[in-house]
Amino acid sequence: MALLELKNVYKIYGDLHALDDVNLTVDEGEWVAIMGPSGSGKSTLMNIIGCMDKPTRGQVLLDGKDIANESSRGLTDIRRDKIGLIFQQFHLINYLTALENVMVAQYYHSMPDEKEAMEALKRVGLGDRAKHLPSQLSGGEQQRVCVARALINHPELILADEPTGNLDETNEKIVLDLFRQLHDEGTTLIVVTHDAEVGASAQRVITLEYGKVTSSHGDTSFGKAARKDVV
Amino acid sequence: MKRQTMYFRMITASLARRKSRMLVALLAITVGSTILAGLVTVYYDLPRQMGEQFLAYGANMIFVPSADSEGMRSEEIDEAVAQIDADVEGAISYCYESATINDAPIIIAGCNLEETLKTSPYWQINGALPSGDNEILVGLEQAEFFSLDVGDTVSIAYLPPDAVREGEQIIGEVEGKVYQDFTVTGLLDTGSSEEEYFFISDTDMSELIDSDLTYDVTELRVNADADELAASVEKIKQTVPGVSPQLVKRITESQTTVLSKLSALVLLVTIITLALIMICVATTMTAVVTERRREIGLRKALGASDRSIMLEFMGEGLLLGFIGGLVGSFLGFGFALLVSTNVFNSTITFLPALIPVTIVVALAVTALACILPVRNATKVDPALVLKGE
Repeated sequence: MALLELKNVYKIYGDLHALDDVNLTVDEGEWVAIMGPSGSGKSTLMNIIGCMDKPTRGQVLLDGKDIANESSRGLTDIRRDKIGLIFQQFHLINYLTALENVMVAQYYHSMPDEKEAMEALKRVGLGDRAKHLPSQLSGGEQQRVCVARALINHPELILADEPTGNLDETNEKIVLDLFRQLHDEGTTLIVVTHDAEVGASAQRVITLEYGKVTSSHGDTSFGKAARKDVV
Repeated sequence: MKRQTMYFRMITASLARRKSRMLVALLAITVGSTILAGLVTVYYDLPRQMGEQFLAYGANMIFVPSADSEGMRSEEIDEAVAQIDADVEGAISYCYESATINDAPIIIAGCNLEETLKTSPYWQINGALPSGDNEILVGLEQAEFFSLDVGDTVSIAYLPPDAVREGEQIIGEVEGKVYQDFTVTGLLDTGSSEEEYFFISDTDMSELIDSDLTYDVTELRVNADADELAASVEKIKQTVPGVSPQLVKRITESQTTVLSKLSALVLLVTIITLALIMICVATTMTAVVTERRREIGLRKALGASDRSIMLEFMGEGLLLGFIGGLVGSFLGFGFALLVSTNVFNSTITFLPALIPVTIVVALAVTALACILPVRNATKVDPALVLKGE
C-alpha cells in the first residue's frame, strides 16, 4: 500500500521549475533514496514531502490524504504526527543535552517521557552520552541523537536529508546500520543523498535532474516483504 | 514528565546555558527595575523628606488669638494642636510684653526657649539659650543698641497695663513699675525681625508680669502638604473658637511647588527608564531571535505550533523580567537609601509592597518588549533556515 504518492507535482519559482511534473510512489516500509546533482530539486522535493513547503501544482498524498492544500497549521500537525526528520547539519539545540533534545520531539508530539527518550538513545548506542551537550559529542554521535529524535514518536515516515554528508566512514556505517534496523522493523525511509553507497543501501533509487524524475531503480517488492516479515 | 516541567526545563536551560546573551537583557531589566523601585521609594517618601528639608525654613502654620480674644491660653493651644492630623514637629507659643531698659522701650517675648529651635532651626545663637532663672537671650540689633554682650546683666523695667493711668508719663519712676535683672546668655542672629526682641523663659515672664500667661502667637512646624495643612486649619477654626489658625503661605506654597516639580522629575525619569528597559530588552530579544532562527526552524520542523514558539520565547523573556524585577526591587531600596542619605541626609522607609509592584512592572515591560521579536520568531520558515550548508 502506498504511504506517499506524488501526482504531477510542480514547484515553480518565477521561470524556474524546481520540480517539473514529478510522479512518485513510496510504499509503506519501503526505503527509497533520492539522488541527483546539486540544483536537481532534491531539497525542494524533501521540503514538500516533509510538509515544510507546498507544491505550486499537483497532489501529494500522504497516507491517502492530500497535503498539497493543507494550511500551515495543518502541515505542522502532519509533520509532528507522521514524519521524523534527520538533517545533514544535525540541528540539535545546543543548550539542551542529548536526552533533552530527544525529549523536545516528544514535547511537541505528546508527552515528554525521560525513560522512553533514554531507551531511544540507548538504541542508537548513546545511553552513556545522554547528559552531554551537543558540543561535547562527535559529529557521528550528534547524528545518532538526531536519529533517536526522529524515531522517538514512531513516525510513519523518516525523511533524511544527506544524513551522512558530514560523517566519516565509521559513523556513516553506524548510521546506515541504524537505518537498516529501522527498515527491517517496517519503517518507511526516504533518504536524500549524494553518496552512492548510501543510495546503494536503499531498496530503490530515484534520480532527479532539472526537477524531473529521470530514473527509478530497485526492488519495490522488497519493502513490502520486509514489512510482512516484521508483522 | 509533565509538559510544564519540560517547558520550564527548556526555558531555564536556555537562560542558564546561554548566559552571555541573556545576561545583557537581565542586566538591563535589573538596572531598570533598580532605578524604578528606587525612584518610587524616593517618590513616596518625598513629602516627608521635603517636610524635613522645609523645617529649616521655619514654621508653616501659626495660631493667633481670634478677633474677640486678647490672648490664647495654653489649654486652647493644646486643644488646637490636637486637631492637626499630621506630625507636629514643633509648636512654640510667644507672649509679647512691652518693657523698658533705661526708659528705652523694648519688646520681651516669653516662650519655651528649648522648643524654639524646633520651629526656628535657622536661629544662630552666639552663646547659649537661657536655661536657668533670670537669664535672657538678646536679639543682635538690640544687643548692639544697648551695647550688651554675653555675661552682661541688664535691668528690665515692666509697667503693668493696669498701673498706667490715662495721660500719665511712663518714663522714669512710676508707681507699680517692676524691675528685674537678667543675665545675658546669648545673642540671637537671624537676619530678620527676631533680632529686635528680648527672649526670656515662660516662667520668668510669668513672674515679671505677675500673672498667668496668655499667648499672642504660636508658631508650628507641621509635617504635611498644603492640602493637609488647609484641612487642619479648617478643623481648628470649627472646634477651637479662641484660636485663629493661619498658614504661612511663603513656606507651604514653596514646599508644594518644589514637591510637585520633584514629583514630575521622578515621574519623567521613571518613564524614560521604562522606555530604555523596553528598548534594551526588545533589542536583545530581537538579537536572540535572529541568532536562534535555526533552532526556531527546527522546533517548527519537529511540530511546534506558532503558539508554542511564542510561549517559549515569551517565557524566557518573562523569566528574565521576574528575576530582574525581584533583584531590582531590593537593589532599588539600596539605591533609594543612597539617594536619601546623600541628597536629603536622612534614612528612608522600605516599602514591602514595592516588591510585587516592581516585579509586575518589570514583567509587563518585558512582555511588551518581547511582543515584536516573538512575533518575528513565529514567522521563521523551517524550510529556509534548515536547508543547506
